[in-house]
Amino acid sequence: MEKLTTLTGVGVPLRRSNVDTDQIIPAVFLKRVTKSGFEDALFYAWRRDPNFVLNKPEYAGKGQILVAGPEFGIGSSREHAVWALHDYGFRVVIAPSFADIFYGNTAKNGVLAAIMPQESVELLWKLLEEEPGREMTVSLETCTVTCGDVTLPFEVNDYTRWRLMNGYDDIDLTLQHEDDIAAYEKMRAEKFPFKPKTIPAKHWPEEQIQSAREPEEDNWAGPLADRGVI
Amino acid sequence: MGTTLAEKVWADHLVRKGGDGAPDLLYIDLMLMHEVTSPQAFEGLRLAGRKPRHVDQLIATEDHNTPTVDIDRPNPDKTSALQLSTLEKNCKEFGVRLHPLGDADQGIVHAFAPILGLTQPGMTIVCGDSHTSTHGAFGALAFGIGTSEVEHVMATQTLSLKPFKTMAINVNGKLPADATAKDIILAIIAKIGTGGGQGYVIEYRGEAIRDLTMDERMTVCNMSIEAGARAGMIAPDETTFEYLKGRPHAPEGEMWDKAVAYWKTLKTDDDAVFDKVVDIDATKLGPYVTWGTNPGQGLPITADVPDPAKIADATERSAAERAIKYMGLKPGMPIKDIAVDTVFIGSCTNGRIDDLRQAAAIMKGHHKAKNIHRVLVVPASSRVRLEAEKEGLDKVFKDFGAEWRNAGCSMCLGMNPDKLVPDERSISTSNRNFEGRQGKGSRTHLASPAVAAATAIRGTISSPADL
Repeated sequence: MEKLTTLTGVGVPLRRSNVDTDQIIPAVFLKRVTKSGFEDALFYAWRRDPNFVLNKPEYAGKGQILVAGPEFGIGSSREHAVWALHDYGFRVVIAPSFADIFYGNTAKNGVLAAIMPQESVELLWKLLEEEPGREMTVSLETCTVTCGDVTLPFEVNDYTRWRLMNGYDDIDLTLQHEDDIAAYEKMRAEKFPFKPKTIPAKHWPEEQIQSAREPEEDNWAGPLADRGVI
Repeated sequence: MGTTLAEKVWADHLVRKGGDGAPDLLYIDLMLMHEVTSPQAFEGLRLAGRKPRHVDQLIATEDHNTPTVDIDRPNPDKTSALQLSTLEKNCKEFGVRLHPLGDADQGIVHAFAPILGLTQPGMTIVCGDSHTSTHGAFGALAFGIGTSEVEHVMATQTLSLKPFKTMAINVNGKLPADATAKDIILAIIAKIGTGGGQGYVIEYRGEAIRDLTMDERMTVCNMSIEAGARAGMIAPDETTFEYLKGRPHAPEGEMWDKAVAYWKTLKTDDDAVFDKVVDIDATKLGPYVTWGTNPGQGLPITADVPDPAKIADATERSAAERAIKYMGLKPGMPIKDIAVDTVFIGSCTNGRIDDLRQAAAIMKGHHKAKNIHRVLVVPASSRVRLEAEKEGLDKVFKDFGAEWRNAGCSMCLGMNPDKLVPDERSISTSNRNFEGRQGKGSRTHLASPAVAAATAIRGTISSPADL
C-alpha cells in the first residue's frame, strides 16, 4: 500500500452534509469485479450537474483533498466509495465526522479521513472558495492542514496514522499473531463446541423454485405516463 | 460492575487485546458473502497466494445483482452475469459453500442465514454489507465490513477492531396495534439522527422489543446502521430459542442444551452501565414515513412535510431544503396528500414471512389504486417465497394486481433491473431513501409493509386506519 506522510494538493470544498456512499458511487458501478478504474463513477449523479464543484475547471480532475460536511460516508459498506475517491485522485477527506464503516475502509486503501471541528471546516471552505484551485498541505507528521497562512490541527488515531505513514498491509500485521489465533481456536473448540459450521451443508428439504415472469402490459395510465416519464 | 450484552460477546471473541491505541483482534464465527463485495477480496487472496483459513465458517449466496424474474433464462446484463459467474468460480476454487440463484436456499444474505439456523446468539457475524446488523436480533454481534476486511477475515478469521461504545435504547410500554417494528426503528432514527449511533453498538430493550417476533426484531436491528451504529442487538430469550429449534444448522440433542445454557447467560447485567441511554415511549408510536432523502428525515404519517424556514440549525435547514426540492414536495403539505407511483414490498428490512403476511392481510379483497404503476412484492429469500405460496399469499398479491417476484435485494438498491425511473415516487419497505438509491432520480418514502399496502390501495400515502 502507498505510504502517506505529507501531501500538497488542490483542496475541493464540498458543502454538503450526510454524503452517503450511494452519492459517492451509485450501485450500478458495483457490478465491476476489479479494484481500480472507478474514477468515472465518483459522485456520478452530482457530476451530471454542470454547477457541481468537481465540474469547475479549477477542480476537474485535479482535486486531491476533499473538504466535506459532517457524517461523510454514511450508508452502504461499499469499499468502492473509497476506491472511487482514490482513483479520482483524492488521498485525503476532511470532515467533522465520518461513518464508521467508511472510516475503516479509508485507511485500508491509503486514504486519510481527517476529522476536524465544524468551525475549521467552515474556515477551509471559505479559504478554498475565495481562491478556487488553491493548494493546501496535509501533514500526518504534525497532524495539521495548512492553507495559506492558516494551519489547523486534525484528529486521527495513532494506529491509523502509523499504518498510513508506513503503508502496512493489515493481513500481514494480523498474521504476526498466529499463535494467539491458534490458541483462541483451541479454546473455542472446547468451550463452544455447538458453534455452527457451514460445511457439511445442512438443508431444508429440496424444493423447486418457480421462475417469476413480468406481467402482461396492462393499460396503465397514471401521473407518470401523463408526465411523459414512462 | 457488570457488563453489557455487547461487551460479553466481545470478550468471548477476544483473540488479543490491543492496547497503546492499537485495536483488539476479534475472532469471527461466520462470514456471509455475496457477489458484489467479494470479487476483489478473492482476487486479493489469490494474488497473495493465501487460502481461506476456515471455509466452514463462510457461506455465499447471490442477491444484490440478480433479476427477480426469468431466473431460469440467461441474464441479459452481461456485466451482472460476469459478476455472478465470478462468484461461482471463486467459490468453486476456494471451496466456499454457495447458494446460487434458483437454489431453494438462495436469498438476501440477511434472510437466508437465519432461515438455515446459521445465525445464533453470541456469535460474531460479518458480511460485506452494512445491513449485517440484522443478525443482532439473535443476540449476535453482527456488522458490515468493507471488501479489504472481507479478504482479511477469509485469510485470518479475525478482524482488527476498536471496542465500540454501548448504547441502550429502551422502547418502553406496549406498541399500539397500528404500529409495527418498522415504525419503532424509523422513530428511533428520526429521534437520534443518522449519526446518533456513530461508534456505538445499540442494545434494543424494553417491553415493546420483547413482544416482537424474530422477523420483527430483525427489522429493528437491520436499520441500526441507518442511525450510524454498526451493530444493534437484542438479548436472546425464549422467542429466539423457539425460532432456532429444529432449523438445519441449529445444535441438536445434548449440544442444544449446552448451547441454550450459554445463550441464557447472554444478557446485560442489572448493574451494567451503558455509555448512552435513549428512552422511547412505545405507547405513543404509530405509523412512520420518511419525507426526505436520509432515513432520519421521518415523521408520523399524520404529520406535514416540514417547513425548512422553521428549522433553526443551519446544516439541518439546508439539508431539508435540498431534500424537499429533490423529493418534489411542498413545505407544510400533509404527508398523506403525497401520491405515489410504485409500491415496493421486500428487502432485508421487510421481506420476511411476517412482513408478507402483514401486507397480504391488508391487501386481501382489494385492488391496487388506479394511479399506482406497479406493486412489487419480493420475498427476501426463496424459502420465504415457498412458505408464502404454501399459505396462499401469492394469490392474494396477484389478485391485488401486484407482481410476485423471485427472491433478492430487488428495488432496494437500484443495482439490478428493478429500478425506478427519474422522478418516479415509491413507497418502499426498504431501508434507504437516499437520492437515486432506487434508480437515478428516484424518490423514495420508507414505511412499513402495512403502510405500503394501505398506500397501494388508496394511491396516496395512507395507514391501514384510513381504509
